[in-house]
Amino acid sequence: MKEIKVLGSGCAKCTKTAESIQSVATECSIPVNVVKETSPEVIMSFGVMSTPAVVVDNILMHSGSIPDRKKIESWLK
Amino acid sequence: MLNIFTELADWITFTLFGLALHSKVGGAVHFFIEDTVKIFFLLVVMIYFIALIRASLNIEKVRDYLAGKNRFIGYFMGSIFGAITPFCSCSSIPVFLGFTSGGIPVGITMSFLLTSPLINEVAVLLLLSLVGWEITLIYVLVGLAVGITGGIFLDLIHAETLLQPFALKAYQSAKPTVNYDANRPAISFRERHEFAKQELLDILSRVWKWVFIGVGLGAALHGFVPISWIEANLGSGQWWSVPLAVLLGIPLYSNASGVIPVMESLIAKGLPIGTTLAFCMSTVAASFPEFILLKQVMTWRLLAIIFALLLASFTAVGWTLNAVNFN
Repeated sequence: MKEIKVLGSGCAKCTKTAESIQSVATECSIPVNVVKETSPEVIMSFGVMSTPAVVVDNILMHSGSIPDRKKIESWLK
Repeated sequence: MLNIFTELADWITFTLFGLALHSKVGGAVHFFIEDTVKIFFLLVVMIYFIALIRASLNIEKVRDYLAGKNRFIGYFMGSIFGAITPFCSCSSIPVFLGFTSGGIPVGITMSFLLTSPLINEVAVLLLLSLVGWEITLIYVLVGLAVGITGGIFLDLIHAETLLQPFALKAYQSAKPTVNYDANRPAISFRERHEFAKQELLDILSRVWKWVFIGVGLGAALHGFVPISWIEANLGSGQWWSVPLAVLLGIPLYSNASGVIPVMESLIAKGLPIGTTLAFCMSTVAASFPEFILLKQVMTWRLLAIIFALLLASFTAVGWTLNAVNFN
C-alpha cells in the first residue's frame, strides 16, 4: 500500500489536495493511506517551501499547488 | 482611459437607477459601481499579464539568491523579493523555515515576510488607479523601508536566539542549498499561460470579497461622512490621531485590495496622508491571525517584539508624512 503524505499548514488547498488524491485512488481502487502532515518540522525536513506538497513513499513528488489528475494517477501506478 | 468607468457609473447610477446627482445615496452608489467595476477589470487584466512575466520566478530561486549575499544587500533584496514574489500567507511558515535552514539570517527572512503583505502587484495597481502615482510611490517606499529596517533591527537584537529550539537548530546547522534551478527546463509559453490562469483564479477567489467589503466601506464613507467632520476633527494631523489609527487597524483584518478603496475615500475626505497610510498598513500587516501562525517557529517574546516594531514603525511613518505634509 502506498503511503502518501500531504504537507501543508492546514490551508484549504492542502485539504483539497488530500481529498482529490483519495478520490482518484478510490476510483481506480488502489489502496492508499493519505495523511495530512502539518508539523513545520516535518515539512522543513523535506525541504519544502511552497505548500501543498505531496510525498509518496517518502519521496517528494510535488510542491506548490493542487496537483492535477494526471499527476496523481502517475503517482498511484 | 479610466474615464469609461466613471461614465459607466454615471449612466447606471443617474440614468438607470434615476438617483439624484448630488444626493448621499447617489454619491455612495456611484462610488461603489465605479470602483468595483474598475477594480475587477484591472485585477483580471493585470494579474494575468504580471503572472505571465513572473511565471519563472519561484521561492526556491529567491532563496538561492539570498543565501550567501552580503547582509545589507540581503535586507534590501529580501524586501524587494517580498514585494514581487507570488506568495500566500499560508506558506509563511515553510518559507521561514526554508530560508532559515538555508542559512539566511532571520532579519533578511523577516524583511521578506514583512514586506510581502504590504506590497504586491494588486496593491500597487489599485493604488495607481485610485489614488495616483505620488501616493503609490510613497506607499511602496514606506513599505520597503519598514521591511528593511525591521530586518536590520531583528538581526541587531539577535532575533535568532528567540526562535523555537528546532528552528534555531536548523539555522545553526544550515547547509548551503542545492541549486534548485540548474536542472529545470525553461518554461514554455503554454506553461506560462497555465500558470497565469491559475494565479488569476487563485488571487481573485481570495480577494473578491475584500474588494466588495472595502469598496462598500469606502462608498459609505464617501456618501455619508461629511468632509467637514473629518477635516475638523482629524484634518490637521493631530499627533494622537496617528497612533490611534494604527491601533484601530490591528483588529481590522483585511488585505491590501480591501483597504485601498477605503484609503481613497479617506484621503478625498481630507484625512492627512500620514494618518491614512498608518491606518492602512496596520490593517494589512499587523493582523493577529497571521502572527499566531508564526508562533510555530518563534517564541512569544520575539512575536511581541516584531508586533511592537511594526506598530512603532507605522506610527513613525504617519508622523513623518504628516509633518512633511504633501499637498
